[in-house]
Amino acid sequence: MADRPSGGDGAAVERVFREEYGRLIASLVRRFGDIDLAEDAAGEALVVALEKWPSDGVPPNPGGWLTTTAANRAIDRIRREGQRDAKHQAALMTYDDTSHSPVGVVEDDRLRLLFTCCHPALAPEARIALTLRLLGGLTVAEIGQAFLVPETTMAQRITRAKKKIAAANVPYRVPSASDLPTRLGGVLTVLFLVFNEGYLASGDGSPVRSELTSEAIRLTRVLQVLLPSEPEVTGLLALMLLTEARHSARVRSGVLVPLDEQDRSGWDRSLIAEGHALVRSCLAINRPGRYQLLAAINAVHTSAVSASDTDWSQVVALYDQLLLVDPSPIVALNRAVAVAELDGPSVALALVDRLPLEGYHPWHAVRADLLRRLGRSTEAKDAYGAAINSTANVAERAYLARKSGELV
Amino acid sequence: MTHYLLSVHGPAERNEFGEYGSKEAMEEAFAATGAFNDKLQADGYWVFAGGLKEATTATVVDGTGEAPVITDGPYLESKEYIGGFWVIDAPDLDVALKLAADGSKACRGKVEVRPFEGMA
Repeated sequence: MADRPSGGDGAAVERVFREEYGRLIASLVRRFGDIDLAEDAAGEALVVALEKWPSDGVPPNPGGWLTTTAANRAIDRIRREGQRDAKHQAALMTYDDTSHSPVGVVEDDRLRLLFTCCHPALAPEARIALTLRLLGGLTVAEIGQAFLVPETTMAQRITRAKKKIAAANVPYRVPSASDLPTRLGGVLTVLFLVFNEGYLASGDGSPVRSELTSEAIRLTRVLQVLLPSEPEVTGLLALMLLTEARHSARVRSGVLVPLDEQDRSGWDRSLIAEGHALVRSCLAINRPGRYQLLAAINAVHTSAVSASDTDWSQVVALYDQLLLVDPSPIVALNRAVAVAELDGPSVALALVDRLPLEGYHPWHAVRADLLRRLGRSTEAKDAYGAAINSTANVAERAYLARKSGELV
Repeated sequence: MTHYLLSVHGPAERNEFGEYGSKEAMEEAFAATGAFNDKLQADGYWVFAGGLKEATTATVVDGTGEAPVITDGPYLESKEYIGGFWVIDAPDLDVALKLAADGSKACRGKVEVRPFEGMA
């Protein structure tokens, strides 16, 4: 009954392993209370899988197989090392009744680990690195690439965070209802960053990292089931789904395709329908927040039959509301893009030029586009050049180079 | 359970009301801190607590050489020094942070939370 991995090579095993990694680590951390032990045991289970699966075939329940194998390895290791602390001894005594179905206690394990990774006692940059490592299954080198820091720096950051979790006794727990409002914001930020890193990868590798977007969506779905009455969780899920719905139309032949040029028949209608329904349920709760407003903006875009049918006045109105919640220059920049459609590029350019965003590549890209539309070709070329120099995303660079090349 | 040091940091210079703006403020902070101490004891987190004299009363002793070297003043020059502390025994960091927040409110100072390596 078992599926054989194609070609019998290790690539299929590694793909299954990566898909199962977050669940695997989360259940091992719950059982043994030790992140390093969980990671080591998971690594050993991978070695066994690489030996066995190519000849024996992938077991029918690879997640369950990996969990059992890793747990046995962890127990062996504890026995080998003799007396470790009482927590490990206790773990040996417990019977692991974890179910490997996609719902239930396993999902809670991952949420528990997510809240641990996003604990406010950890530095913000450590939170996202730890989440990507432990729940996303990325290697330290990949996380380093994504955040443009050397692998050694990223390794130190992750090691330091894990050490603090162990030494300071950061609990593996979804916070109680009274603590949730203060803890939730940090978790949503990390999930959104993970999603964005997948959606527009900052490294020079693949322009879209769908394993990151789908992991972020999966975790946000779990959070939303757990917290159905927190409208920002619902808003973030809607935002992710409405963004993900457009993903296959977003890159064509390695070149980024902007919203107004996308083939709308390529959008995923079922994700859009689900996203719209979630936005409507947020509106009913009537406690608007950042993610709900961003989702509502995306709902307006995905409701339009064509780019020219977009209700730009509604988009600008939503950005006005968003600026009240999040008065950042990045929000102001995005608002200016909508203003360009409503009031013309010169009004928008005046707004954009005032923003202190010289280090932010979308600022250069927006300026370039507005200057191009105003016929100021020389300045537009300079701005495209600045935008290309400040992004490593290959699809985006290709798009910007194409637009710059069209200028005469 | 983990032992944590909750240390309160305050300015190098103290006035006649300690670190507080007025006699009333000082008395309020002392009363609130006393109530917080009582609660720590009643809830079973209490191990030990104490306030410290000004940092200028500190002396550093270096006994690593042949003869001990004695120097006036605290070990590091700083704008803020540890002014007092609690040692608590709490199930995890979340509980310690909650208690630290209550302690900070009571004594009107920032509190650093740091786990012990071990307790003899």
